[in-house]
Amino acid sequence: MSTVVPPARTSMQMSAGMLAKHRSRKRMNIIALSLSLLAMGFGLFWLAWILLETIRLGIGGLALSVFTEMTPPPLSETGGLANAIFGSTVMVLLATLLGTPIGILAGIYLGEYGQKTWLGSAVRFINDILLSAPSIVIGLFIYAVVVAPLKGFSGFAGVLALALIVIPVVIRTTENMLALIPNALREAAYALGTPKWKVIYSVTLKAARAGVVTGILLALARIAGETAPLLFTALSNQFWTSDLTQPMASLPVTIFKFAMSPYENWQKLAWAGVFLITLGVLLLNILARVLFKNKH
Amino acid sequence: MDVKVELRAGEKVKLAIRNLNFFYGGFQALKNINLDIPERKVTAFIGPSGCGKSTLLRTFNRMFELYPDQRAEGEINLDGQNILTSKDDVTLIRAKIGMVFQKPTPFPMSIYDNIAFGVRLFETLPRDEMDERVEWALKKAALWNEVKDKLAQSGAGLSGGQQQRLCIARGIAIKPEVLLLDEPCSALDPISTGKIEELIHELKSDYTVAIVTHNMQQAARCSDYTAYMYLGDLVEFGPTNELFMSPKKKDTEDYITGRFG
Repeated sequence: MSTVVPPARTSMQMSAGMLAKHRSRKRMNIIALSLSLLAMGFGLFWLAWILLETIRLGIGGLALSVFTEMTPPPLSETGGLANAIFGSTVMVLLATLLGTPIGILAGIYLGEYGQKTWLGSAVRFINDILLSAPSIVIGLFIYAVVVAPLKGFSGFAGVLALALIVIPVVIRTTENMLALIPNALREAAYALGTPKWKVIYSVTLKAARAGVVTGILLALARIAGETAPLLFTALSNQFWTSDLTQPMASLPVTIFKFAMSPYENWQKLAWAGVFLITLGVLLLNILARVLFKNKH
Repeated sequence: MDVKVELRAGEKVKLAIRNLNFFYGGFQALKNINLDIPERKVTAFIGPSGCGKSTLLRTFNRMFELYPDQRAEGEINLDGQNILTSKDDVTLIRAKIGMVFQKPTPFPMSIYDNIAFGVRLFETLPRDEMDERVEWALKKAALWNEVKDKLAQSGAGLSGGQQQRLCIARGIAIKPEVLLLDEPCSALDPISTGKIEELIHELKSDYTVAIVTHNMQQAARCSDYTAYMYLGDLVEFGPTNELFMSPKKKDTEDYITGRFG
């Protein structure tokens, strides 16, 4: 019954064949490592360039007036982005407030109730399509169903378009984060006699909290830079407005308009806006990483 | 297989299992199990991996119902009432039949709330009574001295052995009648295991305990009755000392003497 165990080998006794194999494995390792480093370096190079260019050109245009003055007419000496910064902040926050609860609830349905149901698969499939839909399509959709019938561009329409981008991102991250929670934790909660809604609310969702919040922050970062969905919905506004039924200025649309113009002061402001958005998105990403790291 | 066992005089049947069959989809994991689990005793389930002992334990609190392709047929009578066909809400059954799992599963909340969570589901206690209950449960689980100064900290910060005792405290805090332990010591070091075995010994004065274990010494040390299972059959069931000292079946003897499994 007993099998013959070969005698233990020391490094002195290694055969030439084994050593050759070991060397070739080492060589392969070096090649693979160099290729990965090269690919990473290539990616980082462009990212660093973009960031440096943004900082170099953006900081030049940055002044206190950027935050206090309205977007100027062409050829004027002064002016800022106050109305665009305000408009962007309001629309992005409202869109997140609107999209997050819907996204989390739908994500909970997919992750906790409808994993294997027909409806669950259908919703998941449609959500994936929405997730990868070009944002200009979403802009045009809101234009067709909200802007055109109401005969006017408005901040509300912009909020709706941005919310439509937030929802699929939050659904996806919520579902994925819930899927990471081990079933043992759910079973432990059920074993105490906990009803299902309470298991989800107090245990699974709580355990997945950091991941879900990270998803919301990433969605926020994504819509902060979206231009296309706002072009056909909120349009833009040269003046300060907090009335969401009126066209509303936003940073991306203002940058789009100003950067394409031949006027030097507009171009300078566009770079300042680019710098602000990049900084904001960077900070949101860092915040998301810190939150996620603390939890895992 | 039919296994008849006479409980000793003065012992009352807590869980009576009759003609229990269990299926994972098309696979039959339990075959016609008949078994009486006595009240306020420790009953151990032993057998090689895949023999159905954990599956059997998971039918006692209908945990299998979480998975749509699993089903049980037959009777599991708790004090004479069949819980498989009971009209009562399953949460009420699970409040009476608690369970502790193989791996510690602290909830993402404080040590205090980990214990209070289950209690709050069924009782509304004033703060001081809840404090007492939490202390009582943690003392029962031999964890109080180690955590009494950090009740507000997260349960995830405890060591593996402490987490497992926290889970046991959580299970007994709601004062179930039956406590199911599914290999509660498999992830623990010998010292934590010793503490939990002492705890099991103490628990049986108030609770009916059913424990699944891979460790035969553990079954011999801390149980009153032992059931040996193999391939979904209940092969032998009897008082622990009889089963270990003079097994009636050859299969049982082979397993406990280490000739098999």
